[in-house]
Amino acid sequence: MSTSTTAPAAITALGLRKSYGDKVVLDGIDLTIPKGSIFALLGPNGAGKTTTVEILSTLIAADSGKAQIAGYDMVEQAERVRKSIGVTGQFSAVDNLLTAEENLMLMADLNHLPKAEGRRRTADLLERFDLTEAAKKTAATFSGGMRRKLDLAMTLVAAPGIIFLDEPTTGLDPRSRRIMWDLIRDLVRQGTTIFLTTQYLEEADQLADNIALLDHGKLIAEGTADELKRLIPGGHVRLQFADAAQLAAAASVFGVATSDEESLTLQIPSDGSTTNLRAILDVLDTTEVHAESLTVHTPDLDDVFLTLTGRPKTDDPAHLPHQPKESAR
Amino acid sequence: MSTATLTPAPAASGRSTAVRDSLTMLRRNIKHMQRYPAMTISIIVMPLLFLLLFVYVFGGAIGTGTLGPGTTRDDYINYLVPGIIVMTAASGAVATAVSVCTDKTEGIINRFRTMSISRGAMLSGHVLGSTIQVTAVLVLITGLAVAIGFRPDASVVEWLAAAGLLVFLALGLSWLCAGMGMNAKTVESASNGPLPLTLLPLMGSAVVDPDSMPSGLRWFAEYQPFTPINETVRGLLMGGEIGNNGWIALAWCAGLSLFGYWWALRAYNKTVKR
Repeated sequence: MSTSTTAPAAITALGLRKSYGDKVVLDGIDLTIPKGSIFALLGPNGAGKTTTVEILSTLIAADSGKAQIAGYDMVEQAERVRKSIGVTGQFSAVDNLLTAEENLMLMADLNHLPKAEGRRRTADLLERFDLTEAAKKTAATFSGGMRRKLDLAMTLVAAPGIIFLDEPTTGLDPRSRRIMWDLIRDLVRQGTTIFLTTQYLEEADQLADNIALLDHGKLIAEGTADELKRLIPGGHVRLQFADAAQLAAAASVFGVATSDEESLTLQIPSDGSTTNLRAILDVLDTTEVHAESLTVHTPDLDDVFLTLTGRPKTDDPAHLPHQPKESAR
Repeated sequence: MSTATLTPAPAASGRSTAVRDSLTMLRRNIKHMQRYPAMTISIIVMPLLFLLLFVYVFGGAIGTGTLGPGTTRDDYINYLVPGIIVMTAASGAVATAVSVCTDKTEGIINRFRTMSISRGAMLSGHVLGSTIQVTAVLVLITGLAVAIGFRPDASVVEWLAAAGLLVFLALGLSWLCAGMGMNAKTVESASNGPLPLTLLPLMGSAVVDPDSMPSGLRWFAEYQPFTPINETVRGLLMGGEIGNNGWIALAWCAGLSLFGYWWALRAYNKTVKR
C-alpha cells in the first residue's frame, strides 16, 4: 500500500506482556506504526486488543516490555505521552448530564485552550460531526451513534497527533458505522496516526494501511490487507446446478474442479477476473450445461483468520469446526 | 523532524495547573447539581425530617428526659439543633460517593486518566462541589431551625468558628466518601457505604445526652468522632463548655480529609475497568 516504510514511527512497542493472575493476556507484542497511517489490531473478543490499547495509552502498566508513543517513553514520560494522544474507548466516555457543547468545552478547558479557541473548535467539531442540532441537548438523550460521534469529537478537541480507537463501531448500525469510517478517513488525511482495534474484518479491510491479527495475546500475522489475503489459497467460482446429471456433466468438462454431490455445486479455482469468468461461461455455453447460479468467492480476511487460527473469528465453541492445530498452552 | 501538531498549551507549572483543572471539574459538578436536583433535595429532606420529628413528635418526651424536669420543647430545640446541623453535614457527604462512583462506572474516568490532567483534579472537583452543596443546605436548615424556635446565643466569631468547623467536617467526610465511591464496585453499593455516617451522630450527643445510654453505647458515644464535633458546635452556638473537644474535632476533620484523599487518589491511579 501507499505508506512508505521510511516514515518515522508514531508508535513502537517491543515485547509487551501482561497477565492477570494466571491468565496471560498479552504474550510479547511487537509493533511499529508509521506516522500518519491507520493501523488495525484485529482479533476476537478476549484476544487482548483492549489491554494493548490500555497499556499504550498509559491507563495500565505492562508487566514487561517497552513502548514509545510520539517519541516518548510510555512509562518514563507518561505525561508527555498523554499530551500527544487521544483515546476513544470501547465504552462511551461522555458526560451524560452535560450537553454536547458542554462536553466539548470541558475538553477544551481541561486541555488549557484559551476560551475563544475552545469555542471555535467546539463549534467546528459540532458542525463536522453533524451534532449542531443536538448541541444543547444532554448526552443522556443521545442515540448510540450520536454518543459515539460525540465521544470521538471530544477526543479531537485537543487535536492529538495519535488517536487510539478501541472498537469504535461495535454496536453501531450500518449507517452510523459508515459515518464513523468517513470521519476516521478524514482524520488520516490530516496527518493523524490511528491505532484502531476491531473484531470486524471488513472494518480493518476498509480502513487500515496495516493490519495485525491478535489471537490469545500473540500477533499471528501482520501486513497490508492484500499481503494477508495472499497468505491463503486463492478464490473460486461456485456453480449451482439443478440436478446431479448436470453437475456430473459440468464436472467432466472442468478438469480442475471440486464437485459436491450433496449441495449440487461445483467449485472452480478462479482469480475472479472478468476474463476468467467469461471463459467459464463460454465453456458452460458450448457444453449446453445449465447452471442455476454462479457466485464468485474472493478470499477475504475471514479466510485469513480461519486459515491462521484454524477456527472462525467467533470464539463460540459451538462454531468450532475443528480444534486449532497448535498445542494449547 | 517534528511534524507540527496542534497540541496546545505549554505545560504550566504543576500547582497552577492543578488549581485550574480542579476548578474546571468543579464547574462540571455544579452543572451536574443543577441538572440533577434530586440529589440536593434528598440531602435536604433527611435532616429536615429528623428536625421536625425530634422537635414535634419526640421533643416533648425526650426533652424532659435529657435536660431534666421542667424543660420545655423550646429548650430541647436549642439542645437538638446543633446535633441536626452536624447530621446535615454528614448526610450531604453521601452524594460525593454516588457522584464519584458514577464517573468511575460510566467510563469517563478513563478519558480523564489518558489526558494530561492534574491527577487529583476530578476528585477535588467532586469534593469541592459537594462541600459547597452541603454548605448551602446547612444555611437552609439553620434558617428553618431558627424559624421554628432555635435561639442560639453566639457572637459573630462563634458563628464563624462553628461554620468553619462544619465546612471542614463536610470537606473531610466528602473526601472519605470520595474514597468510598472510588473503591465501590457499583453506584448502589457506593450509595449504601456512607449510610452509617449519617446515622452515627445519633449514637452520640446529637439528639440526647449520652449519659442516658447503656454503658457500652455510652463508651462508644464518647469516643466516636461526631460527639466532640457535636459538643464543639453546641458549645459555640449555645455557650457552654467546649474543653478539648475543639481540638479533637479539628483533628478528626483533618484525619478524615487526609485519609480520604489518599484512599481516593490511590484508587484513581489504579482504576481501569468500567
